[in-house]
Amino acid sequence: MKTNARKYPFGAVAALLGLVAVPIQAAALHVAVAANFLGPLQNLAPLFERASGNQLIISSSSSGQLYTQIKQGAPFAVFLSADLDKPQRLESEGLTVPGSRFVYAVGALVLWSPKPGLVDSAGKVLQAQQYRFIAIANPQTAPYGTAAQQVLTKLGLWEPLNRNRKLVTGENINQAWQFAASGNVDLAFVALSQVLGADGTIAGSSWLVPQTLYDRIEQAGVIIAHTSEQAAAQVFMNWLRTDPAALSAIRSAGYQTAN
Amino acid sequence: MGSADLIALWISFRLAATTTLLLLLLCTPLAWWLAMGASRWRVLVDAVVSLPLVLPPTVLGFYLLILLGPAGSLGGVLQRLGLPAPAFSFSGLVIGSMLYSLPFAVQPLRDAFQSVGARALEAAATLRASPWNRFFTVAVPLASRGILTAVVLSFAHTLGEFGVVLMIGGNIPGRTQTASIALFDHTEALEYGAAYRLSATLVAICFALLLIVYTANRRLRATGLPA
Repeated sequence: MKTNARKYPFGAVAALLGLVAVPIQAAALHVAVAANFLGPLQNLAPLFERASGNQLIISSSSSGQLYTQIKQGAPFAVFLSADLDKPQRLESEGLTVPGSRFVYAVGALVLWSPKPGLVDSAGKVLQAQQYRFIAIANPQTAPYGTAAQQVLTKLGLWEPLNRNRKLVTGENINQAWQFAASGNVDLAFVALSQVLGADGTIAGSSWLVPQTLYDRIEQAGVIIAHTSEQAAAQVFMNWLRTDPAALSAIRSAGYQTAN
Repeated sequence: MGSADLIALWISFRLAATTTLLLLLLCTPLAWWLAMGASRWRVLVDAVVSLPLVLPPTVLGFYLLILLGPAGSLGGVLQRLGLPAPAFSFSGLVIGSMLYSLPFAVQPLRDAFQSVGARALEAAATLRASPWNRFFTVAVPLASRGILTAVVLSFAHTLGEFGVVLMIGGNIPGRTQTASIALFDHTEALEYGAAYRLSATLVAICFALLLIVYTANRRLRATGLPA
């Protein structure tokens, strides 16, 4: 484990740079979070610290990578996945605390363009195919990519768009967003959480895709069995599931909650 | 810039310095053997040394994780012996970075030693210089350019490394989160301001370091050290 001697040089540098020393942690809780929920979790962290006195130490990556790391014994106490599948797998492999799994956020899919007036509120722009490119996240690996594929398939556009090479695939949902935000594609299927502003409006133009066109994008979290931070993890998961302030922060970030 | 970013920068520079130092210690004898040795196995070793360039970094990190994690084959054995498994710790980052930057250290060193050639060393030997003496007073000054290249490439390559350290380190702030990962996190969280500040800092520091190294190198050569 870390010794004082090993921590010392970095403390010295921090002091040299005139930084306030890192406060002594009441209880550190290591949370692994899927990249798409990193921003919202960073906003939740100070709320939780105030409510419980526990400090969140957040590690972020793709859900698949985090799953692999947890299987290899990564020191995470809580895993907040971008999907349902990976927490379920960890559960069936006996790597989670039984009964700890729950859906902490439900994502919503949006067809979005940074240009005002391009996307109509019924999504008719898709059928017209007047655009050069449309970006989606990788359907094989990203839940929002899978959802976008389902929508396009239901609308009968998956085949023609593929045939006409109009689909651009981002490695994850952020890349799909970046393709559109940078103006390299006209349209993108993105997460509501990416485009919802602090004031509750969406810049550019958008179509909130009806839930009937794709399977619910449920994001589940679990407590990891091998953690030494069980108690703090339980407190955090209860707080995330039930605390009104937490739930309202999740909703204003563009997700639905079960409660 | 937030304190988390400064800590990530500190971890990055500590990692790059450690990796470069260890690579220099390890790769100098290896490169010497590749340049001067007579073994038939040299071709094979040459090829193996270049292999880290072939695999995508995350894949390389994945295999290292499987090997070095607490649940991995080697990591598990270490843990049963009461030693910490290297994955998800600074030592894991060092191992991953050394492997990933190996060709960047070995190849310039090997080429530099090759260009020194046997002739100068034999001349020194006829003047009764011992093997160590020959190495440090003849080979090292003549190869100084290649050594510098190896140092700079290993250091810079480790600083910019992402896939391997993300996979084997687990992106734990204060422990294994390097500047390049913190930078990626900022872009993932759509915090472009913070991302710009961190990348500008990283680039500025590296530019200053490189400038110092190259200026010092020119001065050294100008003052009559053999180049």
